Amino acid sequence: MTASSGSIVTRQGGDVALRAPRSNLSMTLRRLARSPGAILGATLVAMFILIGIFAPVLAPYDFEAADFVKVRQPPSAEHWLGTDELGRDLLSRLLYGARLSLVVGLISVGIGVLIGAPLGLISGYAGGRVDQVIMRLMDILLAFPSILLAILMVAAFGPSLTNAMIAIGVVSIPVYARLMRGSTLSIKEELYIEASRSVGTPSHHILTRHVLPNTIAPIVVQSTLQIAVAIQASAALGFLGLGAPPDVPEWGNMLQKGRTYILSAPHIVVFPGLAIMLVVLGFNLMGDGLRDALDPRMAR
Amino acid sequence: MTQYILRRFLWAIPVLLGASFLVFWSIRWVPGDPAIAIAGELATPELVEKVRAELGLDQPLPIQYGIYLGRMLRGDMGTSVRSGLPVFEEIRIRLPRTLQLTFFSLLFAAAIGIPIGVLSATRANTWIDALSMIFALLGVSMPIFWLGLMLIVFFALTLPSWLGLNQPILPPTGAGTWQHLVMPTIALAANSMAIQARMTRASMLEVLRSDYIRTARAKGVPEFSVVYNHGLRNALIPIVTVIGLQFGTLLGGAVLTETVFAWPGIGRLLVDSIGYRDYPVIQGTVLVITVGFVLVNILVDVLYAYLDPRIRYT
Repeated sequence: MTASSGSIVTRQGGDVALRAPRSNLSMTLRRLARSPGAILGATLVAMFILIGIFAPVLAPYDFEAADFVKVRQPPSAEHWLGTDELGRDLLSRLLYGARLSLVVGLISVGIGVLIGAPLGLISGYAGGRVDQVIMRLMDILLAFPSILLAILMVAAFGPSLTNAMIAIGVVSIPVYARLMRGSTLSIKEELYIEASRSVGTPSHHILTRHVLPNTIAPIVVQSTLQIAVAIQASAALGFLGLGAPPDVPEWGNMLQKGRTYILSAPHIVVFPGLAIMLVVLGFNLMGDGLRDALDPRMAR
Repeated sequence: MTQYILRRFLWAIPVLLGASFLVFWSIRWVPGDPAIAIAGELATPELVEKVRAELGLDQPLPIQYGIYLGRMLRGDMGTSVRSGLPVFEEIRIRLPRTLQLTFFSLLFAAAIGIPIGVLSATRANTWIDALSMIFALLGVSMPIFWLGLMLIVFFALTLPSWLGLNQPILPPTGAGTWQHLVMPTIALAANSMAIQARMTRASMLEVLRSDYIRTARAKGVPEFSVVYNHGLRNALIPIVTVIGLQFGTLLGGAVLTETVFAWPGIGRLLVDSIGYRDYPVIQGTVLVITVGFVLVNILVDVLYAYLDPRIRYT
């Protein structure tokens, strides 16, 4: 299908049989570019990623260098965002914190996708008892308010950034399993799968060559939104003292430390929270935009 | 309907059993001897042995779980390592505070979120709609514990200094009076409010496009009545579901809010217990909140089926 026929389909509101193929990257990008929210989201996300990568170059000071003469100083020309309770430059710590959040977001989402998606794929394709067992296990994980399951895991394994990432990843497994199962169930009924099966194509080949590529779009959208959830969750665990060690410039950690001085030096808690909010907002906007762009029927 | 309710409750039994098994099992994730984890690191060897015998820790895992389940059903959740009080008692004292906070937050979120959603839908694609949805998006993206901290800065620092006062407008921590309730309620409600606003907008837009709304307008029903009597009433069905589900999520969120405002509920109890490695309390609070979460979800399903009879037959 050409790009032009794809655009006709879009104008008609999108029909399942005529829908542009998902590999049509230029169409998706064009739709994304028409959404101001998605552009803002993508800009925030791009800034966040660049800051994460280039933190050592961008940071004006060593993020660990304490200066006990300049503790809890408000923003100034010398320290743009002020200093923390040990006199460390807040901006430099925030920039390094972006790197940590980026890593946490990617790894925990990676855990969720790599375990959850195959489970959903198997569950949806195999059906029957396998489906029952996998989905009941997922129901059990979903029975917990997600932050609580993460807390339970970190409390038992011991507080650390690695355990926090694993816990956040595990909590998201049922989200991906359910999503993937739903997609697989609908794709499994398509005529080309039936045709493939009838000529004797092995199941693993059908799954990896036909089903999997067609379920990528919802997984990409969900992962974008899930990175936002993961960054918020990691900050929450850090704030509760269940994440990275106290000296690490993780944003939740910084909020927990700064909380003690909230009435004398509020800037210590203002900026890390603002950073979390902007990044989460970016991923949310981009996720919403991607969803609409990949599936025009969803756009309102 | 009775059959549906029964089916829904039966469905929950394996889920609750699985969740309780996970909580029971979590003590095995703690490095070292589970008997020491339960009795406390400072416990005497005699106490550790007593705990081991009581919980059947030398028995096979299924028997241990059976003993655990039996104790839970009798309300025996063990003893707090920190206070020496029964865990059940610790939770019983604090649960009403958490429920109070959750209930008020839900009420506040609905009171603000639903009207914003209606306003947004009735003025779709105007600046009012855009502004409301930006507000909602910020509400979803804002970490609730940070919002809590910002409220403290505003009510205890910024506003008093503007007004030339020497004391906070609202007490930043603690509980007891309605003033104590204001900040935690707003902080906990923010996410839920934003979700309800978005949900109401979507649901209202769908309903307002339907034929019976066009008919009502055509026969001259006043716009207010079209929106509220014909529109909102029907749009409310999915919104009620979301509100119900939010109750469970708020129970989880209370852990963070209670920590920010030193609110004496079970969320704070849980966080404090982690610091003291008080595993019986950790297990007890997680189990109580989870059981509450599952039960509320069932109630929501039942309510949904009552409001929309089509659900019962699917």
